[in-house]
Amino acid sequence: MADRATFADQAMDLMPSLYAAALRMTRNPADAEDLVQETYLRAYRGFGSFEQGTNLKAWLYRILTNTYINSYRAKKRRPDETELDEVEDLYLYRRIGGLEAAMAGRSAEEELLDRFTDAEVKEALESLPENFRMAVLLADVEGFAYKEIADILDIPIGTVMSRLHRGRKALQKRLYEFAVERNLTDPTPDDAHV
Amino acid sequence: MSDCENALHELYGYLDGELTDERRAAIQHHLDGCQPCAEPYDFEAELRNVVRRKCAEQVPASVMAKIRAALDAEATKLSD
Repeated sequence: MADRATFADQAMDLMPSLYAAALRMTRNPADAEDLVQETYLRAYRGFGSFEQGTNLKAWLYRILTNTYINSYRAKKRRPDETELDEVEDLYLYRRIGGLEAAMAGRSAEEELLDRFTDAEVKEALESLPENFRMAVLLADVEGFAYKEIADILDIPIGTVMSRLHRGRKALQKRLYEFAVERNLTDPTPDDAHV
Repeated sequence: MSDCENALHELYGYLDGELTDERRAAIQHHLDGCQPCAEPYDFEAELRNVVRRKCAEQVPASVMAKIRAALDAEATKLSD
């Protein structure tokens, strides 16, 4: 029992990250809450199958992902199989990169990227079809390695890489749409008088 | 492929920490001397920081408490 209690403590520390992932997956706070709770209960019950010394976070993510796929995605009529349009490499950089020349001081692109709101970035990520969203979330937000993502999602590493490649480009395209809607791409208005 | 094409081709492998030490060193060496390649690298790295930072969430105290209570109830059940 002592081990189980230790495990619960370690797992509780990881909750902010799991909760964030659950929100991006379900796109809904009530479902995210249920999903995280179900994940912790399953992990607690299945603690015996966790190998001490291996990656607890990756193990919890695997449970989170499986629970999501089995319980929440099943609510929809069919899994999201949407494909993505072809988007060129470095989509965002080619449109808003290299603005330094126009402004002195801090890199203009850094400043511009920082002007995206939390809500916009979350929405851009959530707009990706599920398969791509999960890969980008696990790599770019959670920092998992390709091999870990392959294990969590139970797909080959080559599939992880292609989903990341296409998912990231689609994310950039969506962010660029926000930038255009809000005129963030024009460096002059706000900053000219600073 | 030219060095520049190689560098761009391996951009995500590099940022994802998935290159061998040897490839990583070769790319780093190239970037040190090639501003046109270093710029998109910096941009993509910064973008990733922004995405990670802006997707962070706080767990509401009520959610944390509810899950703790559920685990406590489970512990009681398992020890019966």
